[in-house]
Amino acid sequence: MAGILKQNSPSSPPPPMSDAASAPAAKPPVDLVNVQINGTWHKLPKGMRMIEACRQVGASVPHYCYHPKLSSPGNCRMCLVEMGMPPRPQPGQEPEKDEHGMPKIGWMPRPVIACANTIGEGMGIKTEGKLTEECRRGVMEFLLANHPLDCPICDQAGECRLQEFSVEHGQAESRYREDKVKKPKNVDIGPRIRLDDERCIMCSRCIRFTAEIADDPVLGFTERGTHTTLAVHPGKRLENNYSLNTVDICPVGALTSNDFRFQMRVWFLSETNSVCTKCARGCNTEISARGDTVYRQSPRENNDVNSTWMCDQGRLDFHFVNSEYRLTDPMVKSDGKHAVTTWKEAIQSAASGLKGLGGDEIAIIASARMTNEELWLVKQLQQATGAKFIDVVPRSGGGDNYLRHDDRNPNSAGVRQILGIEPGAALDSIQRAVRSGLIKGVVALGENLLKCGFDKDSLGKLSVFVSTHILANATADLSTVVLPAASYAEKRGSMINATGRLQRLNKAVKSPGNARDDWEILNDLVSAISDQKSLGSVDEVFKQLAGSVTCFQGLTLASIGDLGRQVLETNETVPVLEREKERKAKGIIVG
Amino acid sequence: MASNPVEYLPGKQPHPREHRMIFRNVDRAGWDASIDTYLNDGGYEMAKKALKMERQDIINEVKASGLRGRGGAGFPTGVKWGFIPPTNTKPVYLICNADESEPGTFKDRYILHQDPHQLIEGMIISAFAVKANLAYIYIREEFPHAATIVEKAIAEAKNKGFLGKAIFGSDFDLEIYVHRGAGAYICGEETGLIESLEGKRPYPRIKPPYFPAALGLYMSPTIVNNVESLCHVKHILQMGGAEYAKLGTPNNTGTRILCVSGDVQKPGYYEVQVGKVTMGEVINDLCGGLKPGRTLKAIIPGGSSAKVLKADETYKLKDGRELTIWDIPMDFDTMAACGSMAGSGGVMIMDDSRSMAWVINNLNKFYQHESCGQCTPCREGSPWMAKISDRIIAGNASPDDVDMLEQVANQIEGKTICAFGEAASWPTQSFVRKFRDEIKSMTKADLAGRIVNEETKLAVAGLEA
Amino acid sequence: MEVPADLEARIDEAITHYPVSRRSAVLPVLHLLQHHFRYITEESVAWTAAKLGLEPIQVLEVVTFYPGFRQTAPGKVHVRVCRTLACAMAGSYELLEKFCQASGIDREAINHHHPIGVSPDGKYSIEFVECLASCGTAPVCLVEDDLHEKVDPAAVDKVLAQYS
Repeated sequence: MAGILKQNSPSSPPPPMSDAASAPAAKPPVDLVNVQINGTWHKLPKGMRMIEACRQVGASVPHYCYHPKLSSPGNCRMCLVEMGMPPRPQPGQEPEKDEHGMPKIGWMPRPVIACANTIGEGMGIKTEGKLTEECRRGVMEFLLANHPLDCPICDQAGECRLQEFSVEHGQAESRYREDKVKKPKNVDIGPRIRLDDERCIMCSRCIRFTAEIADDPVLGFTERGTHTTLAVHPGKRLENNYSLNTVDICPVGALTSNDFRFQMRVWFLSETNSVCTKCARGCNTEISARGDTVYRQSPRENNDVNSTWMCDQGRLDFHFVNSEYRLTDPMVKSDGKHAVTTWKEAIQSAASGLKGLGGDEIAIIASARMTNEELWLVKQLQQATGAKFIDVVPRSGGGDNYLRHDDRNPNSAGVRQILGIEPGAALDSIQRAVRSGLIKGVVALGENLLKCGFDKDSLGKLSVFVSTHILANATADLSTVVLPAASYAEKRGSMINATGRLQRLNKAVKSPGNARDDWEILNDLVSAISDQKSLGSVDEVFKQLAGSVTCFQGLTLASIGDLGRQVLETNETVPVLEREKERKAKGIIVG
Repeated sequence: MASNPVEYLPGKQPHPREHRMIFRNVDRAGWDASIDTYLNDGGYEMAKKALKMERQDIINEVKASGLRGRGGAGFPTGVKWGFIPPTNTKPVYLICNADESEPGTFKDRYILHQDPHQLIEGMIISAFAVKANLAYIYIREEFPHAATIVEKAIAEAKNKGFLGKAIFGSDFDLEIYVHRGAGAYICGEETGLIESLEGKRPYPRIKPPYFPAALGLYMSPTIVNNVESLCHVKHILQMGGAEYAKLGTPNNTGTRILCVSGDVQKPGYYEVQVGKVTMGEVINDLCGGLKPGRTLKAIIPGGSSAKVLKADETYKLKDGRELTIWDIPMDFDTMAACGSMAGSGGVMIMDDSRSMAWVINNLNKFYQHESCGQCTPCREGSPWMAKISDRIIAGNASPDDVDMLEQVANQIEGKTICAFGEAASWPTQSFVRKFRDEIKSMTKADLAGRIVNEETKLAVAGLEA
Repeated sequence: MEVPADLEARIDEAITHYPVSRRSAVLPVLHLLQHHFRYITEESVAWTAAKLGLEPIQVLEVVTFYPGFRQTAPGKVHVRVCRTLACAMAGSYELLEKFCQASGIDREAINHHHPIGVSPDGKYSIEFVECLASCGTAPVCLVEDDLHEKVDPAAVDKVLAQYS
């Protein structure tokens, strides 16, 4: 093509800024520059992207392709803004100053993209005004020209950037009267994702995610120009364990989750910040629910834990919360049969059973899926019963070079800190002691013992077998007392992840039926056995914990905040975060 | 340098107004593309000389020559070379842009086919000057024979020790490879070309930060020059920059090859001193005038992306001159002052037999086909323009559609990643602005605001599209 | 798909032209494959990807971008007629029609999605392409690798006869 590049982009770096021209009245420290945004001067870090600078001062710039964790191709053109720099003065001439004593800005006649350009000393940015408004209206009109406008049946409705920016920057009526380009619809591109190519705006976020973050570049664009089509190669699938992140970052309804699509309109959902409990990473999440039904779970940005991503396994592992196999009532076994009873009677039955045994006859199998607060109460239970045997069930394997940790329990660190044990260290001896009949009473907390080395016969012979469960299972069936517990989505509490970060779960939904939060169950059990004073709230439990375990000192459950607190040094790094740091240092991503 | 007498093939003699330098050997009698022929004519002497020079001296000569890129942008070549960061420690690459994709342009074709060693010599000098040890010649797919010829020439040069390790006995190594495109106008855009050379879709890069001189091929400093520009380098060295600068006119130095097509008696290539001939002389002298009985209607003066000039326009310049279309000197600056550009040197002449709506529709279709689709305004706007002008020439448009055609172009211009946005919108804007009445005369007022596409008509009627 | 040894040797040689990145060899490898097989098949895409250590989609992205890579089989003689302005002014639309008539190709069946029309006997194929950069000798066409200039639409038979 003929280089008419001169008018648009001389193949040269921009002229270096004259120091004389840009020196403000009071020169800021080297790392800050003076930038005027919509008429107001700010001091902001040199080299910051214009779009981030604008966001920081409350002048958000609409965008589609830009994502701080991905490279910036600058392709959507939605973030075009007006930009200016102080003109280079003639030799010997003083730069003209504005009323703030700052050099006057020479505004460029053409807009620039805010996503990829960085701020410099004396720069002016306008995110409002005729030029930017025209740009945004134009880009919106173009984006909608070939868009099917099928909002009523589109699953993205309510969280679609096309809808949002169309309201803010678009026009009521399309001038486009031509035939729209036809593209593939309802394309099965992977086990968990569907693609509608007509809705795709070619922002390339998903392609960049698969190439830059997931190292699985199976997505690409085929054809060209107006026929450009997002595709997987025939025979290839987008099926890596991080695939659903592409649905999160898709700004439109092109990529939708098979699991969530058509289940619920998003505006009926309410969100609760929580943490994934599928492994020791503790990816920060948002649980979306309507009423007491959880509909989806998605990653929440935490740059010390999971960036903005999470694995599909963790994300989709919430359906058991809504399961029809949830235990909803406490049960006590008599004559070999379980009968529904009240909490009071169930706790009483468990307490009296345990009280009738000696400490060296009791084992507690707790879980590294329990919160710190629950584990602290386990410790109290151990003291109250004098239980000689205690352990949790370790789970490992399946770690990857991204986010998934090889420790598949979310709170092994909490177990080490609170119970002072190494997960799994005593499990063998407990199993032997159960088999030999030495142990006559077992308290199993949230663990299906038949799946971790215990056998049905010996468990069946226990005189006291108290267990808490979320779902009906064979271990519950063997128990003398079954206590229905709460899932992670139904509780508030804390856990410590693999990197030593204390993080908080919050209650998104109510537990079904008469199921109760585990801390309450344990609290009641401990009181029933030991006459220890019952605690009034989980916050109070945490207070006790903070008073007795060093790493929690000085903290409250509330003060942990939504992004957690570093409480231990584990010298572990997170592969995804390390790579992002590298890319950030190179200026490829904002981070 | 030997200066053998130059004779041309019968019927291919250059016009007396021409100044053959780059095209000296094009259509030359007894000439072929072999290295022996080139050497007999004094070839590669300048490359030998260059390798004994200081690099900065070569760059200074090129700067002094005032050479402006012949690919279209007209950006000073020496200045471009000077953009490689002085602190650079990465390898530097030289790329010859032989994509020749701007409609109306066909000069590089003849250099590649008939005088490949001139290009290779220019590249040796240029690569040495910018410290590049690896160079590529990006040849468009539609020149299959050219690729073979240039590859053969490279092999010949390598055989003689002019390429490869320690060339001409110096300590300078240089490999040149031919890289063939596959039919994409966008590969003429230098960052698109670089992406293509990296084996990716040729999506142009955003600038900043990806200025090729700093972050080009493989994120290393890269100089991309047009075929003709690289050939000029050889002559600059031969003449000296200052002497070269005496050719042409100030700030528009040297010679350039005009490629004339369309409604003239003798379309073809004409190498002239820049600015020393006027548009009128191009048409009437070089090209033997318009076709019998025809009058001039419009000219696209610098490749299809250049804004059209209308035959009856006059141009008032800042220096007080008032020019008609016939008076415009064929240089970079005056053509820009007249509201268009000299671009790649492709001059397309249209006489009164041409429908301007038909012409703009033809160009709209070209840009629709060639839009890479990376950024929104161009991807969506280029086909929209083509669809509107399709309706206009089919008599299925309202007068408002003509205005909307221009507005769509306005919405593209200045808002895209690369200059394709301008390339696609400038022709539309200029044709509509200058020939609005003619184009509107093809429309029907009663179609204003009416829904005219088939799909929507059916939808309105409640039928499945 | 069987890639003959000599073809693979040429492909391997071409790859050496790109010491920094094998990916750069995508275009040359595809050109060599197309030259041999006449068009780019799905197997060629997969073969190229494996050869260069790429994901097949990375090759497909490139193949589908460039009209120079044919995705369907052309005729024994492939004709590309220039559509762009100078040639169009010189009658290239008529030229295309005449080529179609002469070779028995349905002009109407040639469109964006089916850019290559093939004659019923498989002998010829026609494609309407953008600028071939020979505007001074319009109208032009490429028959296989040969450029034909100032082609008289009335004389397309003679052009085709050279390739029978």
